[in-house]
Amino acid sequence: MDTMMLQEKLVEKLLCPRTRTTRQKDKQYVGFATLPNQVHRKSVKKGFDFTLMVAGESGLGKSTLVNSLFLTDLYKDRKLLNAEERINQTVEITKHTVDIEEKGVKLKLTIVDTPGFGDAVNNNECWRPITDYIDQQFEQYFRDESGLNRKNILDNRVHCCLYFIPPFGHGLRPVDVEFMKALHEKVNIIPLISKADCLTPNEVKKLKDRVRDEIERFGIKVYQFPECDSDEEEEFKQMDKELKECTPFAVIGSNTVVEARGQRVRGRLYPWGIVEVENQSHCDFVKLRNMLIRSHMHDLKDVTCDVHYENYRAHCIQEMTSKLAQDNRTDSPLPLLPLPTPDVETERLIKMKDEEMCAIDFYIVIRTLVLFY
Amino acid sequence: MADVGKTPVARNEKASSEFGYVGIDAILEQMRRKAMKQGFEFNIMVVGQSGLGKSTLTNTLFKSKVSRRSVMTTEEERIPKTIEIKSISHVIEEKGVRMKLTVIDTPGFGDQINNENCWQPIMKFINAQYEQYLQEEINIDRKKRISDSRVHCCIYFIPPTGHCLRPIDIEFMRHLSKVVNIVPVISKADTLTLEERDFFKQKIREDLRANEIDIYPQKEFDEDAEDRMINEKIRAMIPFAVVGSDQEYQVNGKRLLGRKTRWGTVEVENTTHCEFAYLRDLLIRTHMQNIKDITSSIYYEMYRVRRLNENNTKPNGQPAIHANGVPEHEVLSHEM
Repeated sequence: MDTMMLQEKLVEKLLCPRTRTTRQKDKQYVGFATLPNQVHRKSVKKGFDFTLMVAGESGLGKSTLVNSLFLTDLYKDRKLLNAEERINQTVEITKHTVDIEEKGVKLKLTIVDTPGFGDAVNNNECWRPITDYIDQQFEQYFRDESGLNRKNILDNRVHCCLYFIPPFGHGLRPVDVEFMKALHEKVNIIPLISKADCLTPNEVKKLKDRVRDEIERFGIKVYQFPECDSDEEEEFKQMDKELKECTPFAVIGSNTVVEARGQRVRGRLYPWGIVEVENQSHCDFVKLRNMLIRSHMHDLKDVTCDVHYENYRAHCIQEMTSKLAQDNRTDSPLPLLPLPTPDVETERLIKMKDEEMCAIDFYIVIRTLVLFY
Repeated sequence: MADVGKTPVARNEKASSEFGYVGIDAILEQMRRKAMKQGFEFNIMVVGQSGLGKSTLTNTLFKSKVSRRSVMTTEEERIPKTIEIKSISHVIEEKGVRMKLTVIDTPGFGDQINNENCWQPIMKFINAQYEQYLQEEINIDRKKRISDSRVHCCIYFIPPTGHCLRPIDIEFMRHLSKVVNIVPVISKADTLTLEERDFFKQKIREDLRANEIDIYPQKEFDEDAEDRMINEKIRAMIPFAVVGSDQEYQVNGKRLLGRKTRWGTVEVENTTHCEFAYLRDLLIRTHMQNIKDITSSIYYEMYRVRRLNENNTKPNGQPAIHANGVPEHEVLSHEM
C-alpha cells in the first residue's frame, strides 16, 4: 500500500527536524491519495451485498454449482418433487440469503432460484414470472430512491443471472433463445454450459463455438467483460483475452470431496477417472469463480445500476410523463406507480414513509410557530 | 432295448443310424437354413430430445453407420419446427445371416417450447404401420411374405438429470406403452456417478409404477418360470444407463470403443462403466425374437381386433372388411 507508506513517512517527517528541501516537498503533498484507503475501510465496515439468479431446467446442477462456488450448503433441506407433482408445477421464485465473511469482509449473498422453469410440457412464456420478479425489484428500488429516507435502501435488484445451457443439445434450443432475449435488457446474463463432464474436449469446443455463433445470430446481449485499460500489465491483458475466448464457460460442480493425486479436492468419482472441479484443464469452474467473485463482482453491480436500472427508470418516467400529459394532472411530484402485487415488505416501507411525512409536516408547523414568536 | 422307459429326448443322443431315432430334431436345422435364406427384419424407433446421442447409440448397437445422420451428412443439425418421422433401412450381414434393419428417427420430439401432444404424430405413424400390415393381411390375394414394417421396439431416451422423470417423459410413455414395446434408456450416462445412477434408476422405476406404465419386458407376457426369472433380472436393471461412441481408443493395449476425456476414458463395452452391453444383449442377442413376437401377437392383434370391431359395428352396414382403401377419418379415430 503506497499511500499507507506515504502517510507513515509524513508522520515521521513531522516528528523530525525539517530542512528546507523537505518543507518544499511537503508543500506539494495534499493528501487525497489516501481516499481509496478511506473508501476501503468504510466499505469493509458496511459490508457488501450481491444478488445472483440461477435459471435453467431442473437437473442441470444449478444448486450443486452454487454450493461449489460459495463453499456453502444452501440447499440442505431441499425436497425434490417427484414426477406427478411436477406435472402441475408452475414456475416459482425462491430466495435464499446467506451471510459469508472472509478476512473481515462481509458479504450478504442472495441466491434467487427458479424451480419449475422449462420443466413443463408446455413452456410458453415460462420466463414471465422471472421477468416480473426482476421488474418488481427495480420498481421497489425506484420507489425507495424517490422516497424521503434514503439511508437504508435495500438493494434487492438482481445483479447477475447465470443461465444453464444443457450440454446434451447441439447448441441453443428455442426455449434458451426466448428466455435470453426476454431478459438480456433487464439483467446481466452469463450463459454457462452445465454438466460439462459428459463432453470430450473436442465436443466442448464445438459446442462453445456453436453457442457463441447462435448468441450473435439471434442478437442476444450477454454480459460483456469490460475492456482492459491500456496501462495494465501484459500478463493481465493476456489473461483477460483468454477469459473472453473461453465463454460460455463449461462448468462442473460438486458437493463431495474426493481423494485425487494424494490430495483432497472437490470432485466427482467415476469408475473411469476422477473429475476435479478446480482443475483448469478439466473445466472452467475456476475461471467462472474468479470472474464472478474475484474480479468482476463490482462491475456486475455497476452495470446493473448504470445500465439496466437506468433503462428501466427512463422507460418508467417516460411512460409516466406521457400519462401525465394525457391526464393533465399536476398534484404530486412524487411518481406514484401502481404496484402489481404489493407484498408485506413494501407495505411496511410505505407505512414507514407515511409516518416520516407526518413527522416532517409536524416539524414544519413547529418551525413556523417558532418563527412567529 | 434298455432305454424303453426313458424319455424320448434321450433318443437324440444315439447316432442317427440307431434303431428308434426318427429325426424330428432335424427340423431345427431346416428352419435355420430357411431363415438364413429369407433373412430377418427388425424395425427400431428412437425417440428423444435432440442431442441425447440417439444416432450415436444406434451406430454403436449395430456397429455400422445406420443412423439418419450418417446417411444424410449434408443436412444441418437444425431443430425442425414440427416433429418429422424419418425411416432409413439398411441390410446388414453377419455370419451368413442377413438382416434388414430399419431405424425410424423422430427429430423434433420435445425440442419446442410447447410440446403438448408431441407424441401424437408418433402414435399415428405406428398405427399406420399396423394398418398397412392389416390391409395386406385381409387382402384376398395375399403376398407370400408380407414385408413387415411394424415398429418392433421403441427406445426412449431419458436425459440424465439425476432427479426423476419429466412430465413429457411420462406422457409419452403412458400413451405409447399401449401400442409398442418401449425400452427406456438413460442417455449420456457418463455424467452420473454410480450412486447418482442408482438413485435415478430407483426414482424412474417408482415413477413408472406410480403411473402404471408397462415397459418391456412386460410382466404379463412372461410365458413360464424360466422366462420370468430371466426377465426379473432385467427388470431390476432397467432403465439401462448407456453411453454411445463410434470412436476407438487404445486402452491397456486393446482398441476399444469409448469416449476419451481429460480424466479418463469411458469404455462403452465395459460393464463396470456403463450398461450398453446389457442393452445390446437384450435387444439383439437374447430378446430380439421375443420383441418381434410380442409386437405381432399382442400389439398387432389388439389393433386388429379393435379395427375389425369398429368395422363390424359401422351404422351404414358397409362390409368394410374387404375394403382396401380406408378413409382418412377412420385412421385418425385410433389415436388415443
